[in-house]
Amino acid sequence: MKTKKISNSNSIQRATRMWSPLFLGPVVAAFCIGFVWPFIQGIWLSLCRFKLVSDAKFIGFDNYIKAFQDASFTHAFWYTALFAVTSLVIINVLAFIVAYILTQSIRGSNLFRTVFFMPNLIGGIVLGYIWSMIFDGILSRWSTSILMDSKFGFWGLIILMCWQQVGYMMIIYIAGLQNVPGEMLEAARIDGATRMETLFKVTIPNVMPSITICVFLSLTNGFKLFDQNLALTAGQPFIIQPDGTTIRTTEMLALNIFNTFNGTGSASQGIAQAKAVIFFILVAGMGLAQLAYTRNKEVQQ
Amino acid sequence: MNKKRLSAEQRRKNTLSAILAVICVIYVFPVLMVVVNSFKLNTFVKTDTFALPTGEMYAGLDNFIKGMTFGNYPFVKSVLYSVVITLMSAFLILLFTSMAAWYIARVNSLFCKVLYFLCVFSMVIPFQMVMYTLSKTADKLKLNTPWTIPIVYLGFGAGLAIFMFVGFVKSIPLEIEEAAAIDGCGPLRTYFSVVLPMLKPTMISVGILEIMWVWNDYLLPVLVLDINEYRTIPIHIQYLKGSYGTVDLGATMALILLSIIPVIVFYLTCQKHIIKGVAAGAVKG
Repeated sequence: MKTKKISNSNSIQRATRMWSPLFLGPVVAAFCIGFVWPFIQGIWLSLCRFKLVSDAKFIGFDNYIKAFQDASFTHAFWYTALFAVTSLVIINVLAFIVAYILTQSIRGSNLFRTVFFMPNLIGGIVLGYIWSMIFDGILSRWSTSILMDSKFGFWGLIILMCWQQVGYMMIIYIAGLQNVPGEMLEAARIDGATRMETLFKVTIPNVMPSITICVFLSLTNGFKLFDQNLALTAGQPFIIQPDGTTIRTTEMLALNIFNTFNGTGSASQGIAQAKAVIFFILVAGMGLAQLAYTRNKEVQQ
Repeated sequence: MNKKRLSAEQRRKNTLSAILAVICVIYVFPVLMVVVNSFKLNTFVKTDTFALPTGEMYAGLDNFIKGMTFGNYPFVKSVLYSVVITLMSAFLILLFTSMAAWYIARVNSLFCKVLYFLCVFSMVIPFQMVMYTLSKTADKLKLNTPWTIPIVYLGFGAGLAIFMFVGFVKSIPLEIEEAAAIDGCGPLRTYFSVVLPMLKPTMISVGILEIMWVWNDYLLPVLVLDINEYRTIPIHIQYLKGSYGTVDLGATMALILLSIIPVIVFYLTCQKHIIKGVAAGAVKG
């Protein structure tokens, strides 16, 4: 019986394989155009000096050295790291608190959930302009603007990101909180645990998987941020350095790479592509760290 | 005693409700400000941002009328291009990635394994890594029009979609397809009349994720399309600022309002699916 079944599904497989051009063809073709080829070419071009793809000249790791020497790039890196970590902490704490309250069966929780999630669907460019209007409306009373001071730009972007992301993380936390076994909470209550003890010793350990997901998600979101950064401040205010180069004080990594591609210097495209590869290694590294971390957890459970 | 404790609990919950209600109002406030300022004369948007558009500040529908041709580009055209690109991309992605995912999940070959690995790998790649080379490749292959850019979206968006579909197909018992094969269905018929209907919940999740992505995407179309001729809504709004030194904020807010109304209506009508779909995309990797 068993052997027959295997041979049967093998014959189905064989019949299916005949149709592979139809099933796989379109995706493989588009995937090569949209991902595989640009990726390989991108790595190659990061080792070249070029203005156009056709006249690329191999120069080794020169672009990488220049990228690391570029003060605007290192500034953007530290600015992005600071932003990602700050927003990670604030977003996750707020989202967890809101999710915790919403799972206490309070009145109107469906309405609250709907409202908190809504900003997620509005695109980054639009969000940037909505908030720049609001911040400028507030700051104009002191006759200043969000483009005048990099502190305003930083905290403005944090507020914007909280507004957009808290609802999203909240949904993941709600799902996690609803999976905490009711008997466990009941047992803690019977044993006389206070509300805080129950929260920290029963609830939080049980939602660790959700916390891991949200932490990594907000970290990579922070690092990859582009649209909101461009629309809110576009890197302003600028500082002109003694050697003539400009540092855009609120410019994050993705925007820095974009601006370098548009630069006029003879080597700027190559340097930009090298920066993009460094950026890719950074972001992919975070993704792999998450994967390794969650795998590890699963094994332990 | 017991009754008293219960009412204390109730009071605590009511306080929490009240606090959340206040936060809710703060949350809606930015959107409210867009509505308010879209009816305000431009000169007052900056000075009296939080005032209601009364008296001399009231601009009527002027901002909306002005906004239609604002930035030397008809707004209606960018809406049209956004709709075309979003719907075509979502359709292509749903149809082709679900077919490929079924094939990958059911056929045991090295090629399938490599392809699946590449798809998972592509999910962690930031767009900046490929943006320059992708836009040059798209230019060369003449994929730089709204009618062909969905192919680029299919290529760059395939990873997540295939990952989600493969996960779901693997949970479908093989016996159903075997029964179809015994009844004389070829692979094509098995897929379209047996497997495809079962994929509906994942289709909705993936579809919503892709629609939200493509609709709001700025960087890919701005790099690939010729922006003098073709603009999507995000490009249009970004270039309102780029084309002039000073922006007409009233008209900008009118256009922003017009562009978020469909999103909010879409959200309120299929809220459940959207929240489920977006949450499903988070658990990737």
